Amino acid sequence: MPTITIDGVHYEVEQGKNLLESCLSLGLDLPYFCWHPAMGSIGACRQCAVVQYQNAEDTRGRIVMGCMTPVSDGAIFSLAGDKAQQFREAIVESLMLNHPHDCPVCAEGGECHLQDMTVMVGHRDRHYRGRKNTHRNQYLGPLINHEMNRCITCYRCTRYYRDYAGGTDLAAMAAHDHIYFGRHQEGVLQSEFAGNLVEVCPTGVFTDKSLVHDYTRKWDLQSAPSVCTGCAVGCNTMPGERYGRLKRVHNRFNAEVNGYFLCDRGRFGAGFVNSDKALEYPGLRQADGRYRALDHHEALLRMAQQCAQGRVAGIGSPRASVEANYLLRQLVGADNFAPGFSDTEQVLVSLALQLQADSAALVPDIATIESADAVLILGEDVTNTAPRIALALRQSVRNKAYELAAELKLETWQDAAIRNLAQHQRSPLFIAAVADTPLDDVATQCLYLAPASIAALGQAVAAGLGGGDSKAATDNAAGALPRAIQAEAAAITAALAGAKRPLVIAGTTCGSAAILRAAAEVASALCSGARQTMLCLCVPEANSLGQAILAGPDAPNLTTLQQRASAGEIDTLVVLENDLYRRGNEAQIDALLAACSQVIVLDGLDNATTSAANLVLPAANFAESEGTLVSLEGRAQRYFPVFQPQAERRAAWVWLLACLKEMERSEVYPLHHFDDITRACAADIPALAGITAAAPDLHYLNLGVKIPRQPARYSGRTAMRANISVHEPKQREDEETPLAFTMEGLNRDQPGALLPWVWAPGWNSNQSVHKFQTEAGGPLKGGTAGARLLHPGGSRNRTNTRPVAGDAAAENSGVSGAQPGLWQLVPRPRIFGSDELSAMSPALAELVSPGFIELCPADAAGLGIDTGDGVEVGDQLATLELRVNDSMAAGCAGYGAGLAGTGNLRALARVSLRRAETWQRRPGLIASDRGAGPGSSHV
Amino acid sequence: MSDRNSSATIPLLDDTETTLSAAEIAGIDAEIAHAPYRSAVAIDALKIVQAHRGWVSDESLRAIARHLHMSAAELDGIATFYNLIFRRPVGEKVILLCNSISCWIKGCEGLQQQITQQLGIGLGETTGDNRYTLLPVTCLGACDKAPVLMVGEDLHEDVDAQTLRQLFDNSGGGA
Ligand code: SF4
Ligand code: SF4
Ligand code: FES
Ligand code: FES
Repeated sequence: MPTITIDGVHYEVEQGKNLLESCLSLGLDLPYFCWHPAMGSIGACRQCAVVQYQNAEDTRGRIVMGCMTPVSDGAIFSLAGDKAQQFREAIVESLMLNHPHDCPVCAEGGECHLQDMTVMVGHRDRHYRGRKNTHRNQYLGPLINHEMNRCITCYRCTRYYRDYAGGTDLAAMAAHDHIYFGRHQEGVLQSEFAGNLVEVCPTGVFTDKSLVHDYTRKWDLQSAPSVCTGCAVGCNTMPGERYGRLKRVHNRFNAEVNGYFLCDRGRFGAGFVNSDKALEYPGLRQADGRYRALDHHEALLRMAQQCAQGRVAGIGSPRASVEANYLLRQLVGADNFAPGFSDTEQVLVSLALQLQADSAALVPDIATIESADAVLILGEDVTNTAPRIALALRQSVRNKAYELAAELKLETWQDAAIRNLAQHQRSPLFIAAVADTPLDDVATQCLYLAPASIAALGQAVAAGLGGGDSKAATDNAAGALPRAIQAEAAAITAALAGAKRPLVIAGTTCGSAAILRAAAEVASALCSGARQTMLCLCVPEANSLGQAILAGPDAPNLTTLQQRASAGEIDTLVVLENDLYRRGNEAQIDALLAACSQVIVLDGLDNATTSAANLVLPAANFAESEGTLVSLEGRAQRYFPVFQPQAERRAAWVWLLACLKEMERSEVYPLHHFDDITRACAADIPALAGITAAAPDLHYLNLGVKIPRQPARYSGRTAMRANISVHEPKQREDEETPLAFTMEGLNRDQPGALLPWVWAPGWNSNQSVHKFQTEAGGPLKGGTAGARLLHPGGSRNRTNTRPVAGDAAAENSGVSGAQPGLWQLVPRPRIFGSDELSAMSPALAELVSPGFIELCPADAAGLGIDTGDGVEVGDQLATLELRVNDSMAAGCAGYGAGLAGTGNLRALARVSLRRAETWQRRPGLIASDRGAGPGSSHV
Repeated sequence: MSDRNSSATIPLLDDTETTLSAAEIAGIDAEIAHAPYRSAVAIDALKIVQAHRGWVSDESLRAIARHLHMSAAELDGIATFYNLIFRRPVGEKVILLCNSISCWIKGCEGLQQQITQQLGIGLGETTGDNRYTLLPVTCLGACDKAPVLMVGEDLHEDVDAQTLRQLFDNSGGGA
């Protein structure tokens, strides 16, 4: 480790870092703007200036940029010297020339990196008396506000948006003091990761529009460590609340999962918490079909009564916590507990779990995905189903650039140099999908194939690597695998075989067990030699994997329950946080609910299932409750209540535990707290034993005190209730978690799972996170949040595999062979709308697309229809708008999975299609409108 | 990247969008033939289209971007960086008046005032008859002949009041 001297003090620093990182890691405050721990250095802002001396005799020294200067043994620097300080102060003054003095009305105020740096450099008096430049702002869509006057031209936005996230519609325009960061024309920012601009921009140019319109300063927000419920990636978040409303979601750093970035579904989708569909009171359906609001206690008694009588079955939910699901399973018994997946998904998620657990390949966390030097994606459109993984893959293709850089001994933080060096050279990424995906622009090759051919391609690659079932592969090569693709299969095989860290990705979205198996076969064929092989199988929801572990492979599915109900074997059905109409077709769910004499639903938002219930209990949402979720990499993570449940909502586990106690079920007598349920579940289900390690329990104290949800400057606790009473009530005690609903306590160096907000003296912005890290950009001092349940690298007993029940059904539907007059339905999920809850977020509402069908041009022409026409699917399964997509595999009909009107469509089903005669074309559509196929423009 | 906004409206190819002329495409393609990838000829393509159309409108810019397989934002970043790519209409001839150091010492400010008087336009403005647009420029590389200006393709050296009268007096300009 090199030793350097800063202002006369010797420090040991890490080799290969730059001086700025090293200073921050040492706890020295060196101001900066353009450097970002995830994006490296370009030396654009000149803020991190220090003086470097040639040697001990050199007394003059010269100004260098800390972020561009590698640390080397014996180097001598001065941070505090007058020359460096004056330079840095002059830089801030020059940045302030055109910066408006509008902090009081700026949404960044109070958490602004520019404010922090201005104070840090000691710049106080402006000398400039001229006019300031002003700019016109652009409308950038419903999510992000634009206020260009505040720009300090650090270039972080375009570096993030274009270089890091692959966006094409934001650029630096013009030059010198006219420079402008915006779009070619006003319009919605197209990147799925645009929201990170809010945190990347060090000033108030890009801010969260929902926050701007419903504003609270950071210091007045109450926050808690939380986990995104948008998909199965499980990004760590810090939602902020005031007045019982969720105000915004910020990234919570987790070195192994999301790092510094979220996707827009996660950041803006959590707004469903404020939806006017949120349920507030328990309701009892009366004879006339209307609901009568019940008092909390009466509701509980009724629930207990109904659950105590007759035969009870329960349907859990992959979007509810492990604990709530566990209690429901206790309530109804394992034999009567359906996990709440659709039938196919139940098979596939269990299969994904089994394949990962049995695989010798590493099940990578998201950060490790970035290290892959060759990637094969089979079928899954990760940008739309597990978005944060797509952002990680955009970094993985840069490993080629880092290799080239290593040859020239360039450090990885030399961002501009490395991008220049590599130009368009990327590590191999192969995508086989039913049609175009948003990652195609960085792919080596994209193959658009029907699901059976995707599976066959995987098998052929596995066989080429000397693994898998070579007979099946040979058969398929002759059948399902088009001859033209065989050369591609060979190319993929070669690329993977030549890689050091190959990664295979597939997922449950395409509905094909064969694809999942093929992916596992490729991975296992690669698991030889010195390679570090990775296998990532995506599942759909925040707790899909946890639910599959909890329920086990033998749990009844929805069809089984419906059959039992129809046979009169179920009197009372308890549904936990699950809109069943998204899980099975309408007729089947109608039959199930109608056959049970009592339907009790616990959920947070009004939906078709709550509307069909006899008794509805309002369940607290993720921001009002605690729970454990198991992410797609098998990481158990805890979310904590940000604020107390509003109205009569209670955490689902609170309702269920109270109900069990009311029923005098002795097994729950020892359970008093949330943690007790976690422990009971861990003891009961061996595979979930690790969940207790997801976060410290409620007895954890940080140097003797709790962790505050409110920052030290939280203001107006009396004023915010003054319309009710000017007397400030005692702050409610949190009896379930190590966090407190107050400003008292200590938010420092605690375990990463308990970080509610970031702040450090002098660092009000989110940049203060480095004060919580072991080194700038490194893991949190208190440890990375979450506990891995799947032992990465297949340390499980590999021989002990058991076929998952019902597997054959899902397998068969994947069988190839076009049937004349029938199309195979293939899901085409969307980042906005395919997920149930985020679609209810007011901010995302206008970005949610109505349901659609996608066909290739030839298939559309054969039906005599074009984009904008209506298509009738099957026998009145759905009527949807057609989008012709040049890239769609022939014989496949893509559908907007999860979007309005697609509830009856199931992946891989064969359906007839015909023109919907009564369809009204939407105005403004012209014949040349097309889906975003490779031939069309994105401009 | 898929179109995020494809829900409410599908504003992809608009019927009113311009396309490049055959001559423009031929010119650009000739440049592409020598380039490692299409977007490498962005500046040349902008110049070619500007030569044909006088300036580069938003529609022209998008047409070029499509032809070069790059995003409009990226091309616009390039187009707006260079002040001789005109993103607004200009007159038939552009007057480039140097205001850099030598020309400033030799009195370019007076010249600018005189032009404004004669033609009735300030910097960045176009005469009512659309004949001239006046723009400042930083050094025309003829500092030894300062002050200098260009009118259209022609460089005028050692400019004085007399030169300007000759150049613009009978032009009938003025707003
Ligand atoms: S908009 Fe923000 S991030 Fe972009 S250059 Fe300006 S200050 Fe930096
Ligand atoms: S990738 Fe998934 S978990 Fe992460 S922010 Fe997006 S929706 Fe949330
Ligand atoms: S942070 Fe070093 S120059 Fe900007
Ligand atoms: S300064 Fe005017 S031509 Fe150089």
